Amino acid sequence: MQLTINDEKREVSAATLAGLLVELDYQGDWLATARNGEIVPRDLRSECRLHEGDRIEILSPMQGG
Amino acid sequence: MLELYGKTLSSRLLLGTAQYPSPAIMAEAIRASRTEIVTVSLRRETAGAGSGGGFWSLIRSLNVNVLPNTAGCHSVKEAVTTARMARELFATNWIKLEVIGNPDTLQPDVFGLVEAARILSDEGFEVFPYTTDDLIVAERLLEAGCRVLMPWCAPIGSARGPSNLDALRSLRGYFPDTPLIVDAGLGRPSHAAIVMELGYDAVLLNTAVAKAGDPVRMASAFADAVDAGHAAHEAGLLEPRDMAVPSTPIFGKAVLT
Repeated sequence: MQLTINDEKREVSAATLAGLLVELDYQGDWLATARNGEIVPRDLRSECRLHEGDRIEILSPMQGG
Repeated sequence: MLELYGKTLSSRLLLGTAQYPSPAIMAEAIRASRTEIVTVSLRRETAGAGSGGGFWSLIRSLNVNVLPNTAGCHSVKEAVTTARMARELFATNWIKLEVIGNPDTLQPDVFGLVEAARILSDEGFEVFPYTTDDLIVAERLLEAGCRVLMPWCAPIGSARGPSNLDALRSLRGYFPDTPLIVDAGLGRPSHAAIVMELGYDAVLLNTAVAKAGDPVRMASAFADAVDAGHAAHEAGLLEPRDMAVPSTPIFGKAVLT
């Protein structure tokens, strides 16, 4: 299925957001995730089923003012 | 002592973590500034890179409070979702709320700001709103649940310093009990001293320190200026006078003509 991940179109096979992070090699406990503009808390990633065309954002702590 | 949402702080300087020449210089500048609060952001992570993890562990090693921002958000929805993500990631209810209205001036969209502040305050966030120096907006933000205000004094990164002292004075006068932090536009330590002399509770800096020739020394210079300005305000400043007033006593002066 095709998803847009951090503004990049990707073909992926994972069924859930938790699976997607593993498939794409996102590791660490410092990530925050959103699907279609809504936060998906860490605890709900394994229940978050992905659908064709979903827009996923995977964010982490960065420098800021 | 400064109190922000129940947290007592001895430093009156908040420092941003962006634009330093290197992470090591950033860490050294944070130490030199004596700050207890640094601002951070949330940005897209690259698969397998772990770049956010390295930055995050460096920040944690510095033993400072973290104030995540919603920098770059142009809509209420974007800012609210970013705040929710930041709360989960940084494990804090604090959020520096930015809803930007204009890409050139980075002027806050104050209407969106008030709306987002209300949503987030209702969800238990402790909102630090990046706002203008407008009194009515400040009032609306307090009504929305904010207990700290962060007016700009000039556009972000402009280094122009306080461009409307009357407005800053009015804000201070109208809201004597609300912590007021000048966020954005300060370029040099004397600017920080000026707003602290007006009775502002703290300043938030980033570019002026990070882009200085020597960010570490500049961080220390700002810390001194903030302390000096605050002490001067507490000590009671002399008001300007129209005429000269001799400082040496007239009484007892010899007549030598």
